[in-house]
Amino acid sequence: MATVTPNLAVKYPRTRDSGGGVPPSYGGGGDGNPGDTNDSSDYRERLRRARLGLIVGLTAVVMMFVGFTSALLFRKGLPSLDPQTNTYTRDWVPINLPWALLAVNTAVLLASSVTMELARRDIGRQVALAPVKSIPGISLGDERRFPWLGSTVVLGLGFLVGQFLVWRVLREHHFFVYSGPSSSFAYLLFGTHAVHLAGGVIALIYAAATSLLHRTVEARRIVIDVAGLYWHFMALLWIYIFALLLIAR
Amino acid sequence: MATSEVVHAHAAPQGFIRKYVFSLDHKVIGLQYFFLALTAVWVGMILSLFMRIHMVWPNADLPLIGHIQPEAYLSLVTMHGTIMVFFVLTTAPQGGFGNYFLPIQIGAPDMAFPVLNMLSFWTTFVAFVVMIAAFFVTGGAPLHGWTGYPPLSAIQSAGPGEGLGADLWITSIALFCGASLMGALNFITTTLDLRAKGMTLMRMPLTVWSWFITAILGLLAFGVLLSAGILLLMDRNLGTSFYVPLGTVNGQLTAHRGGSPLLWQHLFWFFGHPEVYIAILPGMGVASQLLSTFSRKPIFGYRAMVYAMLAIGFLGFMVWGHHMFMSGMSPYSAFAFSILTMSIGVPSAIKTFNWLGTIWKGRVRFHTPMLFAIGFVSLFVSGGLSGPFLAQPTLDIPLHDTAFVVGHFHLIMGVAAIFGIFAATYYWVPKMFGRMMSESLGRIHFWFTFIGTYSIFMPMHYLGMAGQPRRYSQFTEVAYLQHLIPLNRVMTYAAVITIAAQLIFVINLFWSILKGQKATDNPWEATTLEWTTATPPPHDNFGGHTPVVHNGPYEYGVPGAARDFVMQTDPAASPSPAH
Repeated sequence: MATVTPNLAVKYPRTRDSGGGVPPSYGGGGDGNPGDTNDSSDYRERLRRARLGLIVGLTAVVMMFVGFTSALLFRKGLPSLDPQTNTYTRDWVPINLPWALLAVNTAVLLASSVTMELARRDIGRQVALAPVKSIPGISLGDERRFPWLGSTVVLGLGFLVGQFLVWRVLREHHFFVYSGPSSSFAYLLFGTHAVHLAGGVIALIYAAATSLLHRTVEARRIVIDVAGLYWHFMALLWIYIFALLLIAR
Repeated sequence: MATSEVVHAHAAPQGFIRKYVFSLDHKVIGLQYFFLALTAVWVGMILSLFMRIHMVWPNADLPLIGHIQPEAYLSLVTMHGTIMVFFVLTTAPQGGFGNYFLPIQIGAPDMAFPVLNMLSFWTTFVAFVVMIAAFFVTGGAPLHGWTGYPPLSAIQSAGPGEGLGADLWITSIALFCGASLMGALNFITTTLDLRAKGMTLMRMPLTVWSWFITAILGLLAFGVLLSAGILLLMDRNLGTSFYVPLGTVNGQLTAHRGGSPLLWQHLFWFFGHPEVYIAILPGMGVASQLLSTFSRKPIFGYRAMVYAMLAIGFLGFMVWGHHMFMSGMSPYSAFAFSILTMSIGVPSAIKTFNWLGTIWKGRVRFHTPMLFAIGFVSLFVSGGLSGPFLAQPTLDIPLHDTAFVVGHFHLIMGVAAIFGIFAATYYWVPKMFGRMMSESLGRIHFWFTFIGTYSIFMPMHYLGMAGQPRRYSQFTEVAYLQHLIPLNRVMTYAAVITIAAQLIFVINLFWSILKGQKATDNPWEATTLEWTTATPPPHDNFGGHTPVVHNGPYEYGVPGAARDFVMQTDPAASPSPAH
C-alpha cells in the first residue's frame, strides 16, 4: 500500500511521439524564427494547438451571443407600462428588415466561406507537396494559383459594405438604434457580428501578408487554416443571427 | 490572432523593454500580474479604511479626500468592490501565480500563445488605469456598486459619478473581460496541449486543476458579462432601453421605456456567481498543495478533490438566482435556486474534510505558507457556513442588504482568497526570486492578519442580524443602531491594525527579494516540477531539457523510499507488493 494518490500506470498523453526516451518536440529551441524548422511533427503540433486555441476562443464568442440571445428573448416577452392608459402593453414592434438585401449579403458571405475553404485546402496541398518540390530539379509547374484568399477578403469586404447599406435602409425607414427594442437588438447583433467579421478580414490580410514576408509554407498554413475556421464560424454565426431575427422579430 | 507565434520560438530577450516590459515570458508576465494586483490591493484597502473610519466618525476630515459626502461614500463602496474583485482576487491568483507556475508545473517551456499572454496582461493594465481614471474625472467615481445595477448605472444624470465616471467603469470592465478571455484561452490550451510526457490529467497538481477549472469558468462567464456591459453602454449612450423602464430621474421623465433592471441582474449574476469561484478556486488549489506538502502526507482523496472542484464549477453556473431572491421572482424559481445553492455545500464539505484528512496525523511543519493554508481552511469554513443561511429565501429576505451578507462574502471570497494568495506568495517567492522570506516576520504577519480579519468580519454577522444595513453612508444618528456603534468602533480599530500589519508583509516581501537568505532549488522538499528546476527558473523553465513525469504530485511518506518524498520526475517507484 504505497500512497493514497492514484498510482497509475505510466500513460503518455495521447499525441506525443511514440517511442520511449524521445523528448516531446515542442519548444524546439529558441531560434527566433517559428517557421524555420524541418520538424514536421512540430508543425503538426503547432497546427493542432492553434486549432484548439481557436475553438476555445470561439466558445467565448458563443457565450457572448448566448448572452445577447437570452437578453432578446427576455426583453421581447417583457410587458411595459403605458403611461397614457396606465396599463401594461408589449412595446415590441416587429422590425421590417430589408430581407432581400440581407439575403444577398448572406449569399456573398456564404460564397466567401467557399473561397475560404478552397484557400485553406490549397495551402494544405502546398504543404503536402513542399517536400517534393524541395528535391532539386523537380518542378510541379502550376505556380500560378487562383487567388482564393484575395477573393475571400473581397467578398468579406463586400458583405460589410452590404451591411452598411442595410444600415442606410434602416435609417431611411426611421428605424434607429433607440427606436424600439427590436430595432436596438437588430443594430446590436449586426454591429457585433460586423466587428467580429472585420477581425476576420484583418486576420486574412495578415495571412496574405505572411506570404510576402517569406514565412515558410507551414507557418502560412497555420495562419490560413485557423483564420479559415474562424471565417466559417462567422458565416455560421451570421446564419444564426439571420434566423433569430427572422423568427423572433 | 497570434497563431503563428508558437511556444518558445522566441529566444531569451536581451533589452530591458523586451525582457521586463513587453515580455513574452510567462514568468515575467506572472510577476507583472502579481505586482499589478499588489498595487491594486493597496488602493482597494485604503478605500476600505476610509469607509470604516467614515462609518464611526462620519464628520472626520480624512487625508486625500477630506470630508466624505454620501455620494463619495458610495463611490468608495463601488471602487473598493470593483478593484478588489477584478484587479486583486481575479488577477493575483490566476494571472499572477497561474501564469508563473501552470506551465512549469506541467513541464511546459511557456504558455501556448505567448503573444496573447502579453496582450492579456497589458489589456488588464490598461483596464486598471481606466478604472483609476474614474476617480479623477468630473463627478468622480460611479456610485452603483461593483454589481452596477441599473437604472442607477444606466442613466447619466442619476448621480454625480454616473456620467463619465460610470462610462470609464464599464469600459474598464469590458477591457478586463477581453483580457480575461485571452488569459482563459491560453490557460486551457496550455493545460490540454503542453503537458510533459507522463503528466496525465490525474497526475497534475491540484493547483493546475484549480487554474484550469478557473479558466473554464472565466471563459464561459466573462463573455456574458461583456454582452451585458455592451447593452449597458448602449442604454447609457445610445438611448436604447434594455435595462431602463419608464420613469423619472430627478423629477424629469427619461426617454427610456420598457426595459427591465432584472435583465441586467440575470446577466450580471450569471457572470457574478462563477466569478466568486474564479476568486476562490485557485486558493483551494494552493491550500491543497500546501497542506499536503507541509503535512508530509499525500493529499487525502486526490480524485475526490478534482471532482469536487469540477462540481463546484459546474453548479456555480446554476445558482445565480440566489442573488435575486428579493427581486420578486416566483417562489418556485427561488426554491430551485435555493436547493441548487445548498447543494454546493456537498463538494465544499468534501474538500474541507479532505483537507482535514490530509493534515490528520501528519508530521506538520508549521512554516508561514502552511499557517496561511490552514488559515484559508479556517476562513473557508467560517465564511462558508453562513452560505446555507443566505441560500434560503426565507432567511435571505430579512438578511438581504445587511452587514450579514458583507461579513459572509468578505470571509469566504475576500479574506479566504487573500489567504490563498499569501500562502502562495510565501510558498513560491523562494522559487520566483531565489530568496527565502523571513519566517519570523511571516508569523507576525499571519497572526495579526488572521486575528484581525476575524475581528473585522465576524461581528458583521451579528450587526446584520441586528439590522445594520450595508451601503448606508451614515447611521450614527439612527436610534435603533445606537447600541451597535461601539462594536463598529472596535471593528474599525481592528481594520486599522490589520491594514498596518500588511506593511510587515510588504517590507518582508521586498526585503527578502533583495536581501533574504538564498533559497535552494527545493527548500520545502516538495514534489512538483517547479522544484526540479533551477531557482529562479531559466528562460525556458527547465534549462534545455524537458521533464518526464513518472509519479503523482503528492508522493509524501512513501514506504520504502529513500527520502520521505518522491519527486514527480523521480523514476517510478517499484510497484508495491501484492497483498
